Amino acid sequence: MGAWYWWTLIGMTLVTYIPRAFPLTFLEGKELPPVVSGVLRNIPYAVLGALIFPAILYVQEGHLLFGIIGTVVAFSLAFIFENVMVVVLGTIGVLALYSFIF
Amino acid sequence: MKNSLFGQGLKAGVSIAIGYFPVALTFGLLAKTSGLSILEATAMSIFVYAGAAQYMSLTLISKGVDPILIVLNTFVVNIRHFLMTAALNEKMQSDKKWIKGIYAFGITDESFSVLATQKEEKIATSFAFGVALIAYSSWVIFTAIGHVIGANLPAFLQAAMSIALYAMFVGLLVPSMRGNRKVVMLALIAATINGFFYWSHLLSTGWSILIATLASSIFVEIIYARRDRGLPKGV
Repeated sequence: MGAWYWWTLIGMTLVTYIPRAFPLTFLEGKELPPVVSGVLRNIPYAVLGALIFPAILYVQEGHLLFGIIGTVVAFSLAFIFENVMVVVLGTIGVLALYSFIF
Repeated sequence: MKNSLFGQGLKAGVSIAIGYFPVALTFGLLAKTSGLSILEATAMSIFVYAGAAQYMSLTLISKGVDPILIVLNTFVVNIRHFLMTAALNEKMQSDKKWIKGIYAFGITDESFSVLATQKEEKIATSFAFGVALIAYSSWVIFTAIGHVIGANLPAFLQAAMSIALYAMFVGLLVPSMRGNRKVVMLALIAATINGFFYWSHLLSTGWSILIATLASSIFVEIIYARRDRGLPKGV
């Protein structure tokens, strides 16, 4: 790459950092209207829904069954154990076994 | 106490570090095949630190796309973090702006999810630093290793590990859904809207997640504001 790569990198760094830092610093110590803070409190759960679905189905391109098995296993483990590490390692384990065999 | 909160943060971030391992390793390898030196590839992980945007930039770089478009694209992909950090600000312990400015750099989809689903009413700054540090370290170190050795994990293991980040999201969401219809509604509505945008090809992933999240959060808030005004804080 050339010097342009480093300039691009600086640009990418800024446009990634600003949306991260602006609300946390700018809103510090500010009281938001109850409606707004109500909506903001909802965001974690909504964003998890959107991050999971439908992308979880397509973790292996052209192999939908893989994603479906992963989804079922992850949700089952999460319902039974309620522990993130168990869910992560358990799902990897089951899928490793699955792709090792098939 | 400060140290132990930091330690708890590190511990809470381990699942992110595990999830980043295959993704960063693959990024390092792809960066190499796209013609980036180990310094250039690792520098991107050090300074940009955003998985989806980094992957996309590799595609654009190898196609010789105008750098300005690469930067613009990065912005569009990452603008959802604006929503996340605004939400997170409600939950974070009050602190000096420059300190918040430092850990703000470590906010990703994954670290946000871990922090925002903590049971505590307020999250300590040192806890956030712990979560951010272990995730960031994993991302940077495995980018470099991926560039050096390539993604030499056995194929079956690499395939299985591609589920890790999603399994983590599920592991964070499901316990909060238990006995809480509001959380169930929020997740289901956002997932449905996002699915609609995905299959209809109406929006790119970055915008789709942003709009689905916002729409679901506002819609559910309106419903609940009408129903009852006396809900405890934190959903």
